[in-house]
Amino acid sequence: MIEKYRTQLAFLVMALLLIIVGVAQSWSVSIGIFNLCIVSAIMAMGVNLQWGYAGLFNAGVMGFTALGGLVAVLISHQPIYEAWSIAGTGMLISLFIVIVASISIFYISKYVNSVFKKRFLIVFVILLAAIGLGNFYGPSVDLIEDINPAKTGFLGGLGMPIIFSWVAAAFAAAFLAWIIGTVTLGLRSDYLAIATLGISEIVIAVLKHEEWLSRGVKNVTGLPRPVPYEIRLQESEWFINFIEWLNSSKLSAIETVSSKQDLLNKLVIEGSSIYVKLCYAGLFIIVLAVLFFLSQLALNSPWGRMLRAIRDNEVAASAMGKNIVGQHLQVFILGSAIIGIAGAMLTTLDGQFTPGTYQPLRFTFIIWVMVIVGGSGNNLGSIFGGFFIWFMWIEAEPISIAFISLVTSGLDYGDPIKMHLIASAPHMRLFIMGAILLITLRFMPRGVIPEKVVRPR
Amino acid sequence: MENYDLINALILLANFVIVPALSYGSQLALAALGITLVYAVLRFSNFAHGDLMAFGTMIAILITWLFQSWGLTAGVLPTALIALPFAMALTAAFCLITDKIVYKFYREQKSQPVVFMIVSVGVMFIMNAIVRFIIGPKDRTFFDGEKFIIKAVEFKSYTGLPEGLSIKSTQVLTIVIALITMVALFYFLQKTKMGKSMRAYSNNEDLALLSGINPDRVVMITWIIVGMLATIAGVLYGLDKSFKPFTYFQLLLPMFAAAIVGGIGNPLGAVAGGYIIAFSEVMLTYAYKKFFMYLLPTNLEPSGLMQFLSTDYKFAISFIILVIVLVIRPTGIFRGKTL
Amino acid sequence: MSNFFYCENLVGGYGGENILNDCSVSVNKGEISVIVGPNGAGKSTAMKAMLGMLKLNQGKVFLDGKDISNFSPQDRVASGISFVPQTMNIFNELTVRENLEMGAYLREDDLDETFEEMYSLFPILCEKKEQMAGELSGGQRQQVAVGRALMTKPNVLMLDEPTAGVSPVVMDELFDKIIDIKKTGVAIIIVEQNAKQALNIADFGYVLVAGKNKFTGKGSELLNDAEVRKAFLGG
Repeated sequence: MIEKYRTQLAFLVMALLLIIVGVAQSWSVSIGIFNLCIVSAIMAMGVNLQWGYAGLFNAGVMGFTALGGLVAVLISHQPIYEAWSIAGTGMLISLFIVIVASISIFYISKYVNSVFKKRFLIVFVILLAAIGLGNFYGPSVDLIEDINPAKTGFLGGLGMPIIFSWVAAAFAAAFLAWIIGTVTLGLRSDYLAIATLGISEIVIAVLKHEEWLSRGVKNVTGLPRPVPYEIRLQESEWFINFIEWLNSSKLSAIETVSSKQDLLNKLVIEGSSIYVKLCYAGLFIIVLAVLFFLSQLALNSPWGRMLRAIRDNEVAASAMGKNIVGQHLQVFILGSAIIGIAGAMLTTLDGQFTPGTYQPLRFTFIIWVMVIVGGSGNNLGSIFGGFFIWFMWIEAEPISIAFISLVTSGLDYGDPIKMHLIASAPHMRLFIMGAILLITLRFMPRGVIPEKVVRPR
Repeated sequence: MENYDLINALILLANFVIVPALSYGSQLALAALGITLVYAVLRFSNFAHGDLMAFGTMIAILITWLFQSWGLTAGVLPTALIALPFAMALTAAFCLITDKIVYKFYREQKSQPVVFMIVSVGVMFIMNAIVRFIIGPKDRTFFDGEKFIIKAVEFKSYTGLPEGLSIKSTQVLTIVIALITMVALFYFLQKTKMGKSMRAYSNNEDLALLSGINPDRVVMITWIIVGMLATIAGVLYGLDKSFKPFTYFQLLLPMFAAAIVGGIGNPLGAVAGGYIIAFSEVMLTYAYKKFFMYLLPTNLEPSGLMQFLSTDYKFAISFIILVIVLVIRPTGIFRGKTL
Repeated sequence: MSNFFYCENLVGGYGGENILNDCSVSVNKGEISVIVGPNGAGKSTAMKAMLGMLKLNQGKVFLDGKDISNFSPQDRVASGISFVPQTMNIFNELTVRENLEMGAYLREDDLDETFEEMYSLFPILCEKKEQMAGELSGGQRQQVAVGRALMTKPNVLMLDEPTAGVSPVVMDELFDKIIDIKKTGVAIIIVEQNAKQALNIADFGYVLVAGKNKFTGKGSELLNDAEVRKAFLGG
């Protein structure tokens, strides 16, 4: 019975948890968690595509997420015309040098036969490019970063609606994945893990230190939103009327006009925040639904079946003439693109881009916990994993604090041990994540919603 | 002073490149040895190794504080050196407990290496939590004792050269302790029966079983050694620089790069890889402006910093070396294991 | 039966269908028993069963009058049975000497004498004792493998196709060595593809077909048996 309705049951429990938070804490908090749950679920689906379908260990989820965030900035931020007019030419020439150098290296490595000549030419091209960049790139960067550093100091973006960045992020992440994949796929799985771990650190380093591109640790704030602003809602007639209508019974119970007005104001402020979050939720649900639909389609297509065949038996698949590296590259690119989308969505939701906050535990390894706990190879499982683990990640802190307060209730307030424990409570969430992962791996290795084994006729 | 320009340039290089790279390389080599041993015997890439180092260092710091509170110090040497053996023992015990609770199950199941790798991610989370919970995520220094062996000022007044050589005691300590540790480890692996049986088990597990080698014992000894190596590496790194749990996690990349570049599973390779990564990192991020100012005539002096790469991108160096080696010679410089 | 080592009525397989269906083999000290048969007859499986690496549904294994059917492979090694697998039978990243040392892992006594015995039996091993075993030629590796197995001073030595993949000259040399070993009083069981040559040196031969003893007899008898010749030895 439980086995049959496992999926429904899992999502029912999840919904209940969110409702409990809505009632006990606040609906604003609950919907806020829900939105991030969806972003997490999308990231988990991307990782699931790579790990669950193809057995690729991507330890660089953080890098693709951050890249997606950067794309959100580059698409939506107003261009800084001053920077472009002063240093735009220099930057474009630099870009041109990089492209020409890359193409030459590609052709040299492909068409020059002698190993010695090949290496010599590649080094030569790199040196030439380095000299060129020294003359154009360095000075341009200084010029850009000197323009009003407190507010801009970077090139800005294209000034387009931020929602376009969700598509653009997919392409950017796919491009990065194509480069990494070409070099590292075909190596052993743990080398791929280390390589992706490395590339994600490098992406973060670039975002933190290339201020002309991303303002670095000075952050980009105030990105335009795809949904209304709370303050506008609070001023608009229709919204106030709407809230009044929603709470008419509550309001009519109050006698004095002034306290009625006070309550209405409070409700409008609360309502505007919930309304905005619900707008995001609507957009996110659409993205999740589309990606889920496409992933399911892919999973059940001949392409998906072949991927799983390769995953389950590489030797046999390769003996049947399947191009394993090529297939892996495709799935690696697709999965990374999905992660990129989630990254852009996250930055859209935050309304700001803060390179300093990307941490591997939070943005890479927790996604892995989601996939494993949800059930690798199953998209519904990944969605559930994304929801459940994100929920735990958020709620672990209050739970830990409550737990520690309970344990140390015998100690006086101000006792050094008690104070240390309470101050350290936030770190308990890492412990809870690790424990959930290890317990799942041990007792439920196929996850909460296991992959359906499709047996051939 | 014209004639001393070459000497000055060399002193500069020793000061900012050779000595720091030697000590950082020794730390990396010890760390990479731990990774490579786990890989050779237990056959998986241990993502928790950075956090294991952090754990070991944390224990050493706690014991150091305890000793300091008793007034027990090592004179000119850091107190942490007295704490080190105790921390090594406790960390080794911690490894054994982790193995018993976590890894043993999967070994009995004969799980795939990649499953072990994911399990190690779980262990990483837990170790991370323990360290942050007990000692916190902040940056800490726990060095005491005499800071310098040679001070730049003293060197200058002694030799009369404008360029001063300063050697920190932690640098020398690192190199000496790392050397002793490596010699002891290689002696153990090459000359003792237990060490040989570890190599045999790593090389051919089935035949080792047929020869009567007890796998549980091999695994146990491996974890003990790995725990000790991680503690030594972590404490030396922390003494030389500072202790911050997240930095130790980030060391994972150069550590793995060192192990893979040298040939993962090969202890000699891990040592070589450690120094290769460290020297590349330090050499490529050093600004050579002053160095060339000594060597070149005044009119040819470089205008820029003469730095290949900003230190912000030092991770990129491990990564690039890793990729180059993997593309040109996937088994590493010293032929490592290939699964 | 008073044989030093024997197994009788072995029935078993790797789960699913039985590969061995009533197979019996025996050997005495200072004798060589050879198991031959067509591909897939269960020769190697029979040897695995004797070593305890296979779950038996039926049948017993005896060593020196003691029932060892329930012993683990490690326990069997400890009680004096040594095995040379067909592949991966050396530690190729260890030196020749270390290979021999690992063979004697369970022994606590002085090994010098045994080393001398090995070196006189296989002079090439003495010559190359400091070399990595993986760098040796195919025939030399087989000698390392056999040498490693002999370091425990076993009573019973089992060889799984020791001549697979070596040249005819090396094969003859290996068989000579095996006869030398037999003379030291070890009981030897060999599984062989090269049936003719193996039966030549065998005291006793077993022809296995579909996991069952088809013909049993003295090596020379089997070689001269018209039916055996026709079926398995190519006329």
